[in-house]
Amino acid sequence: MECNKETIDLMHKYLDGDLTKQEECNLRTHLDNCEDCQQHFHELKRTITLIKSAENFSAPVDFTQKVMENLPNEKKRVKYTRWFKVHPVLTAAAIFFVLMMTGMFSAWNTESELVVSKQEELVIEGDTVIVPEGVIVPGDVLVKNGNLIIKGTIDGDVTLVNGKLIDDRPIGGQELMASAGGVTGELETVDRMFEWIWFQLKNFVKGIFSF
Amino acid sequence: MDQFIREKIKEVKKGDQSSFEDVVSFYQDKIYQHCLRLLGNTHEAEDIAQESFIRAYVNIHSFDDRRKFSTWLYRIATNLTIDRIRKRKPDYYLDAEIRGTDGLDMYSQLASEAMLPGEEVESLELQRYIHHEISQLPPKYRSIIMLRYLEEFSLQEISEILDIPLGTVKTRIHRGREALRKRLRHV
Repeated sequence: MECNKETIDLMHKYLDGDLTKQEECNLRTHLDNCEDCQQHFHELKRTITLIKSAENFSAPVDFTQKVMENLPNEKKRVKYTRWFKVHPVLTAAAIFFVLMMTGMFSAWNTESELVVSKQEELVIEGDTVIVPEGVIVPGDVLVKNGNLIIKGTIDGDVTLVNGKLIDDRPIGGQELMASAGGVTGELETVDRMFEWIWFQLKNFVKGIFSF
Repeated sequence: MDQFIREKIKEVKKGDQSSFEDVVSFYQDKIYQHCLRLLGNTHEAEDIAQESFIRAYVNIHSFDDRRKFSTWLYRIATNLTIDRIRKRKPDYYLDAEIRGTDGLDMYSQLASEAMLPGEEVESLELQRYIHHEISQLPPKYRSIIMLRYLEEFSLQEISEILDIPLGTVKTRIHRGREALRKRLRHV
């Protein structure tokens, strides 16, 4: 029985895959000659096989769900990012919309100077543009960020952006303006953001078709 | 599969919680089973297994990508389990003998599960028996035997999971094997 301690160590080394060639040889020779050790070795190997066949268990069905419910909240940023990933078209539309709006706003806000179309006949006083009496202004008239007083005649369309048409004659009113307001074309007043946008778009489309 | 888990962990690290769901469902059986084998009680096992995953999620940034995730996860689970074993009071366990009875424990008071026909019962009985014998080992041997032969980690990995030197792992696995050999030799 003296062999036992040493041989059993070798057996365990063998089971852990730590045996050198020489040791393996020694173990083999010993096992061939010693029935006790053979029995012991056999039992060890069998034990391992038995352990491996131990009952298996599965986690409860709702395990994952419960874990997920108990996790601390994730960062909002990530939630949004994931949403964006799931809805790329909406995201693109939203970004486009925001950019467009900011563009519009800046364009709207920077253009606070008085802009008048180039007709020599027009008289400018402060922020008011006057069509003098008895004068015929040829072509379309555009007034931005200013008021317009028509005493004479405009031979074309009138566009007023962010301004008013002032009728300084005592008997004001629509009828009179139509008769005396010598505008041969259309008269258009734009003083709201969206109308202005609409106007821009209309011009743009007109521009395309006129080519 | 390793690659899949690696990807998922990366996403979790970026803060994507939903990716963790795949990680949990991939490891849930293994971790639950590990806890159950160490604790021998389904409620505690579920509790600790859940806690392990939550800890893993919360501390995901301390996980080193170059290492194996399963080793790290088992380490968390094993530590929590050992803590629980240390904390619990040993009075009300199913294994404990009921006073005034002769060798009856609480297991015998539980309704047995539905019977299966013939051989299946026998093999299941044997599996249970083996499981029971493993659970009788002291925890320090039990955890190593389980990690080695049921969860198939290498000795090196076990040394990492349990944070003990490789030599100690070897000594304990030898003793664990010998102890089980004695218990199972008559099977």
